[in-house]
Amino acid sequence: MTFPDGTAAVADATLRIDPGEFVTIVGPSGCGKSTLLRIASGLLEPTSGSIAIERQHIGYVFQDPTLMPWRTVRGNVELLTELHGLRREERAEAAQRAIDLVGLTGFEDHYPKSLSGGMRMRCSLARTLTMQPPVMLFDEPFGAVDELTRERLNEETLRLFEQQQFAGLFVTHSISEAVFLSTRVLVMSPRPGRIVAEIGVPFPYPRDPDLRFDPAFASISAEVSHVLRAAGS
Amino acid sequence: MRTDPRETVLRRTVAAVLPPLVVLSVVIGLWYFVSYVVLDRRRQFLLHPPHEVVREGFLDRDNLAEILEGVWSSMRVAAIGLTVSTVLGIAIAVLMSQAKVIERAWFPFLVTLQAIPILALVPMIQFWFGTDWRARVLVCVIISFFPIVLNTLFGLLSADPGLHDLITLHRGGRWTRLTKVMFPSALPAIFAGLRIAAGLSVIGAIVGDFFFGLGDVGLGQLIRKYSLNTNYGEQLLAAVIMSSLLGITVFLSFGALQQAVIGKWYDSKSGGGR
Repeated sequence: MTFPDGTAAVADATLRIDPGEFVTIVGPSGCGKSTLLRIASGLLEPTSGSIAIERQHIGYVFQDPTLMPWRTVRGNVELLTELHGLRREERAEAAQRAIDLVGLTGFEDHYPKSLSGGMRMRCSLARTLTMQPPVMLFDEPFGAVDELTRERLNEETLRLFEQQQFAGLFVTHSISEAVFLSTRVLVMSPRPGRIVAEIGVPFPYPRDPDLRFDPAFASISAEVSHVLRAAGS
Repeated sequence: MRTDPRETVLRRTVAAVLPPLVVLSVVIGLWYFVSYVVLDRRRQFLLHPPHEVVREGFLDRDNLAEILEGVWSSMRVAAIGLTVSTVLGIAIAVLMSQAKVIERAWFPFLVTLQAIPILALVPMIQFWFGTDWRARVLVCVIISFFPIVLNTLFGLLSADPGLHDLITLHRGGRWTRLTKVMFPSALPAIFAGLRIAAGLSVIGAIVGDFFFGLGDVGLGQLIRKYSLNTNYGEQLLAAVIMSSLLGITVFLSFGALQQAVIGKWYDSKSGGGR
């Protein structure tokens, strides 16, 4: 992918994700992982190459919660259902289900300005979940929250993954987050990025939060870290 | 430490109201000082003491009626002018927000026209359109139009790109984008422009009236009439005070309107709590 101003963002990336798989992409800042995600979602046209993806419903979770400040939590969560023309009862039902799923029950009538960073992120997640998309793309969604909240959100993401069984593609620059969440970790080199390694994560789901302290977890994280360094970050 | 809540509210109210009240008293005291001590008897017409202004300007029935009619006339003109400006301004801003080429074509003209002093245009308007209420409204529109267009345009274009992406991802059309994302995003800026435009419209009504000198008598003509004759000293001050009150009321009203419409969600410090 080369941008009009000449920046070569992504050099070569070929990947395949099946339903029930959760794949993370780890790479240094600026390596093109967000660009790759935007291409996958259709927001960007690649300068070469092709995407085969079930375009109907793609869930995209942005780096920022991207909420509408003028709508309540309920109003925000209902947005996608509105765009897809669902009837009022269907919209309300889908929204309430999603709000309960992410643990925001009771906050339906709050405005974003009175929510914490973690809660706003959950609202954003709930919005994406209303359409029950078979594919979920995550663009470093938990980078802006504190570590404790981040860990909790990771666990909740896994819970949602186990429940909804979507095909997940998650971009991050946190190695531990990548290993904790995924079935496979793809390592991307610095710009122009290419996928330089694929590391399987054999732990079964559901995954215990304490997995993070398991020696096997550490050794896989170490492997990812080494590949990242070797790739020149 | 326990405090009776009623006592705290009282204390807070007093703390908020007392200092300005003190300043006001000082100002009125200074006024009296100038009227009686600084000015000798012959020149007292320059600044009549407050109680005489109140007596002649506000308590005299005929004078009060004249001034109130002036206020009413100016307010009508300013209100119509503001309404036209708002509708026109928002419409043009929306158009400009939809096509880069329109924005590029019109923006330089808008910025340039805004810089033309209204006082230079008023005689020309009188020359072309006469002095009836339509000409006055035109003065108000010209003076109050630009803040609305420019603020609205800025607001429309400053919507969160992530929200735009969402609309794109879910195949929303141009109208959806405008109504669900761009226009609500623009509301704080629109209200800011509206507040400025409202004040300017009042100025436009008074200034236009002052220069035209004919037709429906508004505050502008009254001020001119009173200022030309030393007998009307108290009424001049009364008219000026009324004009000020009109401006202040307009300012506060639009502030209250903004609070009522977007107060629930607009967090001016963080720019919207995204």
